[in-house]
Amino acid sequence: MTVQRILPSEEAEAVVDLARQIADAELAPRVADFEARGEFPREVLRTLGRAGLLGLPYPEADGGAGQPYEVYLQVLEELAYRWVVVAEAVSVHTLACFPLATAGTDRQRDTYLPQLLAGDLLGGYCLTEPAGGSDAASLSTSAVREGDRFRVNGTKAFITHAGVADFYALFARTGGPGAGGVSCLHVPGDAPGLLPQRPEDKMGLNSSPTAQIVFDDVMVDADRLVGELDGGFRIAMAALDAGRLGIAACAVGLAQAALDHAVEYARQREQFGRPIIDFQGLGFLLADMATSIAAARELTLYAARLKDAGRPFSTAAAQAKLFATDTAMRVTTDAVQVLGGYGYVSDYPVERYFREAKVLQIVEGTNQIQRLVIARRLAKGE
Amino acid sequence: MKIVVLVKQVPDSGLERHLSSDFTVDRASASNVISELDENAIEAAMALADAGQADEVTVLTVGPDHAVETIRKALSMGPDKAVHVQDDAIAGSCAVTTSAVLAAALGTLEYDLVLCATESTDGAVGGMAQMLGARLGVAAMTGARKLTVDGQKLTVERQTEDGHETLTASTPAVVSVWDSMNTPRYPSLKGIMAAKRKPVTTLSLSDLGLAPDTVGAAGATSKVVQAEPRPPRSAGQRITDEGEGGVALAEYLASQKFV
Repeated sequence: MTVQRILPSEEAEAVVDLARQIADAELAPRVADFEARGEFPREVLRTLGRAGLLGLPYPEADGGAGQPYEVYLQVLEELAYRWVVVAEAVSVHTLACFPLATAGTDRQRDTYLPQLLAGDLLGGYCLTEPAGGSDAASLSTSAVREGDRFRVNGTKAFITHAGVADFYALFARTGGPGAGGVSCLHVPGDAPGLLPQRPEDKMGLNSSPTAQIVFDDVMVDADRLVGELDGGFRIAMAALDAGRLGIAACAVGLAQAALDHAVEYARQREQFGRPIIDFQGLGFLLADMATSIAAARELTLYAARLKDAGRPFSTAAAQAKLFATDTAMRVTTDAVQVLGGYGYVSDYPVERYFREAKVLQIVEGTNQIQRLVIARRLAKGE
Repeated sequence: MKIVVLVKQVPDSGLERHLSSDFTVDRASASNVISELDENAIEAAMALADAGQADEVTVLTVGPDHAVETIRKALSMGPDKAVHVQDDAIAGSCAVTTSAVLAAALGTLEYDLVLCATESTDGAVGGMAQMLGARLGVAAMTGARKLTVDGQKLTVERQTEDGHETLTASTPAVVSVWDSMNTPRYPSLKGIMAAKRKPVTTLSLSDLGLAPDTVGAAGATSKVVQAEPRPPRSAGQRITDEGEGGVALAEYLASQKFV
């Protein structure tokens, strides 16, 4: 990857260098094998955790690395360039820590966050349900207060890290219908009655388990309520604003990987006596791919810098997620085209990139929801 | 126990490397990194520190100004402090004179155990531990694939072509390691940040009481007078199977010590 990065500090350079070093040595050699076998790279994530890369954007006082989102996202991009599942795992873990980090009490943060950010534990995020994807506020999993505990019943769907996560940020209904009746609970992964189901057979991201989780009379201590009672939906949406940036960064890294592979191929592959990159039809295609990736990266980092500056960033985050993931889909599709028949066979990674890109247009809010977010802001005259 | 780990900055063995016009290693134009096996020596030291068997780990290097990058890299893996012997007169030293400089530097330090790589990835002389043992008057156990410490007793499994032999010595001693001993840790983010604040002492030849003409190119006991690029790879050896092909293959593999 030959991306010129402008990083805000010497410390940030060291963070990105370290991520790149580990990604080259630990991710790149394993990705094809783990994807083919569908094995989750838990040990690789421990290595990232021990290096301090699982708590990057959270304050040092809570056990994080105190890095701006601008830096965290470039680390995700470096990881996604080698193995998008690992980058997504870091993004989902960061998302799962978000409620405690931003809405937890001092005591909750002291009790839970250091171990969550230290790198040994991995998180999952339980919002989506079988009947409630984009319409997340309609969720029906219930958490009923009984004494000093909540009794949780219901089913969550498409949960990344289902069965391998050590904890989950769970959103459940504690009050009336709609967004105003949802609360957030910090739930241990081994809680009795928390039942991860058989992993879904997916189109891509095969090394990461995605499954339904059934909550069957799971008892959660009331002091694991994060934020206010019935105040969880706001936390969920704020987490997704930040999480969208993570997915945008994953998309940029994935697209860059596809471009680099396509360019290398097009420079070496000869037809009619010259490298195919010299044919304008392909050269221009690659030029457009490179340009849209550069634009996606800058839009993503622009949204991150707004967040880092404490400014409203949810519209920019929606735009970045929309543009970066649509770019990844188009770039990976075109990369398959550049490789022709070789692009369609699994001896080369580009068909995998193509399959992986698709899900990025769906998770953390479909790209239709991103457009909805942006259009609503426009309609309000903001 | 106090441990000193020797590290060396070398041209990246994964990239093209060159000699200067005087046949010394071209370090100025190279992409310089820590010699690979040195990371195993550091890991061995930090494993002892993690187990509570070492209370101080010092990194020692001899090299030009930019060797400080290698010191920071080494410190990011966890050692407490570093000593950098830097003097322009050292340039061009052979392994023997380098060992004199290292022995003098070790004389300024407290140590129970000196850990180093069995060889560096540039010179690959593979004699530093032996020479230091002789100069310091302590045991040198080389080519270790396993090291255990029990009080003042060191036990080493020494890798040989046929298997291994077990050696013991009491501290102080020098132990050189192979990469089969361990898997070096990655530096952590906190380790990288902390490394910038760890003390690095710089010593010159006069600090060590060494005369400039006893080291460097002037004092070198050996000199490279000619060098040629590695010849291009030649065609492989072809074995025609006339019923004995398997035997011939096995004999070839045995002769190359693959089996």
